Amino acid sequence: MSPAASPYGPRAETGPPGLAAKLLGFCEELRSEGVAVGTSEILDAFAALDQVSWESREGFREALATTIAKSQEDRRLFELLFERWFFRAAEAEAIEREIGETEQRHEGAERLDIDELREQIRQAIVDGDEGQMRDLARLAIAAFGRQGEGSGVVGVDVQRIRRTLELSAGAQPQPADGAAELPPIDRDQLNRFERHLRRELERDLIERTETLPPSRPLAELDRALPTSPTQDLAAVHRAVSQMKRRLATLGHEQRGRRKAQTVDVRRTMRASLETGGVPMHLRYRPKRPRRPEIYVLCDVSTSVTSASVFFLSVLHALHDSFRKLRSFVFIERISEVTEIFEHERDFREIARRISSEGGVADVSGYTDYGRVWLEFLTEISDDLDPRSTVIVLGDARTNGREPHAEVFAQVAERAGRLFWLNPEPRLYWNYGDSVMAAYERHCDGAFECWTTRHLENFVNVVAGGVPAAD
Amino acid sequence: MAEAQAPASVAETKQALAAASYLADESAALVSFLAQRLGKPVLVEGPAGVGKTELAKALSRASGRELIRLQCYEGLDEAKALYEWNYRKQLLRIQAGGESGWEDVHGDIFSEEFLLERPLMQAIASPEPVVLLIDEIDKTDQEFEAMLLELLSDFQITIPELGKVSATSMPIVVLTSNNSRELTEALKRRCLYLWLDYPEMEREMEIVRLHTPDLPEALARRLVEVVRMVRALDLKKPPSIAETIDWARTLLLMGAEDIDRETFEQSMSIIVKHRTDIDLVAERVGMKLAAPTQAG
Repeated sequence: MSPAASPYGPRAETGPPGLAAKLLGFCEELRSEGVAVGTSEILDAFAALDQVSWESREGFREALATTIAKSQEDRRLFELLFERWFFRAAEAEAIEREIGETEQRHEGAERLDIDELREQIRQAIVDGDEGQMRDLARLAIAAFGRQGEGSGVVGVDVQRIRRTLELSAGAQPQPADGAAELPPIDRDQLNRFERHLRRELERDLIERTETLPPSRPLAELDRALPTSPTQDLAAVHRAVSQMKRRLATLGHEQRGRRKAQTVDVRRTMRASLETGGVPMHLRYRPKRPRRPEIYVLCDVSTSVTSASVFFLSVLHALHDSFRKLRSFVFIERISEVTEIFEHERDFREIARRISSEGGVADVSGYTDYGRVWLEFLTEISDDLDPRSTVIVLGDARTNGREPHAEVFAQVAERAGRLFWLNPEPRLYWNYGDSVMAAYERHCDGAFECWTTRHLENFVNVVAGGVPAAD
Repeated sequence: MAEAQAPASVAETKQALAAASYLADESAALVSFLAQRLGKPVLVEGPAGVGKTELAKALSRASGRELIRLQCYEGLDEAKALYEWNYRKQLLRIQAGGESGWEDVHGDIFSEEFLLERPLMQAIASPEPVVLLIDEIDKTDQEFEAMLLELLSDFQITIPELGKVSATSMPIVVLTSNNSRELTEALKRRCLYLWLDYPEMEREMEIVRLHTPDLPEALARRLVEVVRMVRALDLKKPPSIAETIDWARTLLLMGAEDIDRETFEQSMSIIVKHRTDIDLVAERVGMKLAAPTQAG
């Protein structure tokens, strides 16, 4: 490893044969899952691999990760794909060369004492010894799965083995005979052991069938959909904080510029150098844009149940970012919930209070958009001005009631900007009782929005960028 | 380019950092090692208070380099970050040199003598290798990021009047971000990426023990457990590692022997700093702790 050679030189080819191709294949796989891997990053990865010892799996992975995965989300995908890709690559190679280890690998399983095995596994988990865990996982599979008697479904077998081993996270049941106290098992550590179990089971399966199961793209669900509010709240918050920057500097920069400006003495003096120290041109301090006022209207009826958790988390994030934000929820009537968001931090508590105190459902529990616009307009029409932005989160399904698009048009006219985020795919708009078309033409923009990716897309478009390809 | 002594292995980097009282985990040590070997900037992201800034400081101590720090904020511009012409001095020069011709003055006032060096320029121009810390890069706007690109990929700065100023020694550049906004792809592409998270139980124990060696081990363990319990709640601001250490020092001063409900409530304000958070923590964590023993 001579440091004098160029780090981007042709040395990538001097690694084990085929590695470069494998690595490129891996990057291709990452790209297909939406991680932006540039050529320069791949070159960096090769340069980094030159510097670490390849015997350590950790070092190899970290060196790749630090050069290729450039955000937390990317890192998460990286981990998932890394496991899968290199595991598959090794297995494919093994099948090709007809290397199997079914004969030797379960040797000695019959002689195993279960209690002893349990002790060893527990110790390995507590120590976090990866190699040990892997070996023990094999033994455990051999001892309990008894080769082929498993259910055939990897996930089921993992749990079955875990239960037989009496492994669970948290404090351990103490042995009755007063032997040494068992240390508690960390949730993460247990997960790690389960991962080994899973991988070994998969390996068994592959060896039995001598084919690789088809590689599936990671489910969209696995990516970004915040169905559980606390889980991906952070992602929503990130998208919203970008939105904040966009909205704050958009639309009204040019208004009232010349009035009441302050001279920037330092920059004026510097400019005066061009004229020999005589300040001919005045330089002004840049004017800070005024804070935007935002009104968010959120549908919480049953037709959008699945999306309303997402919408509420968007609202929650908006409240964190904007001072002048007023939020409303509606079903049949509209109700202001700004105060709940301002006083309550805990997301679950907010959701509970909105459903109990909102008072938005009358009799039927079906959304009445027409009535909502009328009420909204009477309630806050005086406050709406060209500086305000209105964002509606809803599916535009009126349940056959009068949509009152003309009232909506009035709202749109008074507000500076009006955006509509619809939790349904564009394909379903205007089908059935959806009257999206009637509203859409009054909006400055209507977007489908049910994942954080859509939310980011919305932010991009608002900022004048191009919509990201889906 | 004068090559500073780069560490030979990841283990060596880790040791050097530990000697500078920073216990790095595997990935932090590896990235620090690669940064020095490959001469690439490091982008460190993670929640507030996990030791992002501290990593840069430790690198500076470990490598014996001077630390130059640029604290970013909204509205930071080139004049504050890169360089600025010292116009007062230039004016003086123009007025004082009444005799000499315009050509002389013109060539003169745009020389290095009239240049005010700001942190980025300092790092580039320094004859000794340095560690450059660009703290909280996410607070600046995208224009500023774009300006950094030249510096980060080529370690040079172009001044229209003077030409290119290239680094004489390879600085270690550390950028930190609290992830309050997405950074541009162009910036990320030029950096090694490191995500720092709250440390695992055992490592946080080691950190506490390193900074307060006098604290009894059992108490330190209890303390770390409580801090982790607090972090698991949905707080406005979860306690950072620095706050954990502060709390450990406080307990040491208080002469506490165990963390019971009373000790906790007295000293809780060191790790929790929001009104609403305090209520939540007192309710959820305080209750779980044992009441102080009544005897004596």
